[in-house]
Amino acid sequence: MIDKRVRSLAEAVAGIPDGAVVLCAGFGGAGLPNALCEAVIEQGARNLTIVANNAGTGRTGLAALLAAGRVKRIICSFPRSSGSVVFEELYATGRIELELVPQGIISERMRCAAAGLGGFYSPVSVGTRLADGKEHREIDGRMYVLEKPLKGDVALLAADRGDRWGNLTYRKSARNFNPTMAMAASLSIAQVRRLVEVGEIDPEMVITPGIFVDRLVEVPG
Amino acid sequence: MPLKRRQIAWRAAQDLADGAYVNLGIGLPTLVSDFLPADREIVLHSENGVLGVGPAPGDNEVDWDLINAGKQPITLVTGGSYVHHTDSFLIIRGGHLDLALLGAFEVSEKGDLANWTTDDPGFPPGVGGAMDLAVGAKEIRVLVEHTTRAGAPRIRRQCGYPLTAAAVVRRIYTDLAVIDVTAAGLVVRELVDDLDFPALQAKTEATLRQAPDMKALRAPPV
Repeated sequence: MIDKRVRSLAEAVAGIPDGAVVLCAGFGGAGLPNALCEAVIEQGARNLTIVANNAGTGRTGLAALLAAGRVKRIICSFPRSSGSVVFEELYATGRIELELVPQGIISERMRCAAAGLGGFYSPVSVGTRLADGKEHREIDGRMYVLEKPLKGDVALLAADRGDRWGNLTYRKSARNFNPTMAMAASLSIAQVRRLVEVGEIDPEMVITPGIFVDRLVEVPG
Repeated sequence: MPLKRRQIAWRAAQDLADGAYVNLGIGLPTLVSDFLPADREIVLHSENGVLGVGPAPGDNEVDWDLINAGKQPITLVTGGSYVHHTDSFLIIRGGHLDLALLGAFEVSEKGDLANWTTDDPGFPPGVGGAMDLAVGAKEIRVLVEHTTRAGAPRIRRQCGYPLTAAAVVRRIYTDLAVIDVTAAGLVVRELVDDLDFPALQAKTEATLRQAPDMKALRAPPV
């Protein structure tokens, strides 16, 4: 029998090793796996590399994990937003490394890893500082840079509904990075607002099929 | 009189074509959504996976699962849809958007765009979707105040700030003028009433040309 449900947040994040690359979903305040991020503090993993669009706001979720000193490096498109106080302090005092990647390139690099590909040529950042050091190649008259796949050891996801097979649905723009990150990590962990019985989710409505999900835990709200 | 920010947005909105798929950058361009011409169907895209961005919600209708690129709550128009991030940037990068209206720190006479960092050391850089949009949409137009608060020109021979993309901007809407970036240089299509062309040139580092049929730039009080 397939049963990916776990009973607690502690069980959900068990075994994340030190130094792991952790894909952390969400955009702005939508689709953030805040409870899972906070559970990682308790779990104890250190020296993490986080991949996330934003670098956390306030003192909760990803910001709490940063504040606990567990993150050595963040790969991010837009780290600074209103309320990103924890990140800004760590950055200003040199206590976190930042790799800045254009937003669509972060997600396409993860998709590339998920699809088993070795990289792709992109026109984004050509002629800018963010293309420095990248392989350039002209294809059919247009210049591109080589972007490499970005694979996670772990993905932390937030979904709306999930069943014991790991099938997930999302609400509105809370979908954002979740489906791609679910596919791009060795261990994908989802917090879901509501666990439902297998069969309750219309197959046409499944956005992330269970094959991409390893564990799910119910976190109402 | 220089246009106010909302008037710059109003002016840019007048050029949106019926049926166009358009991305509005954060800041000044976001205001354009308040002025979509009522006689046209224009589909607004938001980089976080929304096609068909509607007006801001009323206080009792806010749903924090539905936000725009600026992280503010929005609504979805009838006919709208959601995609995940990778598909949203496929839309952006793959030339599926007719137009992106973006903000800028500076624009050069060749249409180079600088809008992602000022290299302020006290300020961590953020690129977001700016570079994807700048090379991906079929057309890029910029909304920007003509000068900085200190009076320094934002339309320059070369950008002083790091580039977002080279030679991508086609039209610039400012509080003083509407300017096209052409193979022959910057051409002023519209100019506000109480400023003459030499005065506009004095506020602009790059060399401007006057369109033969240059019109008055006017906007209603919005």
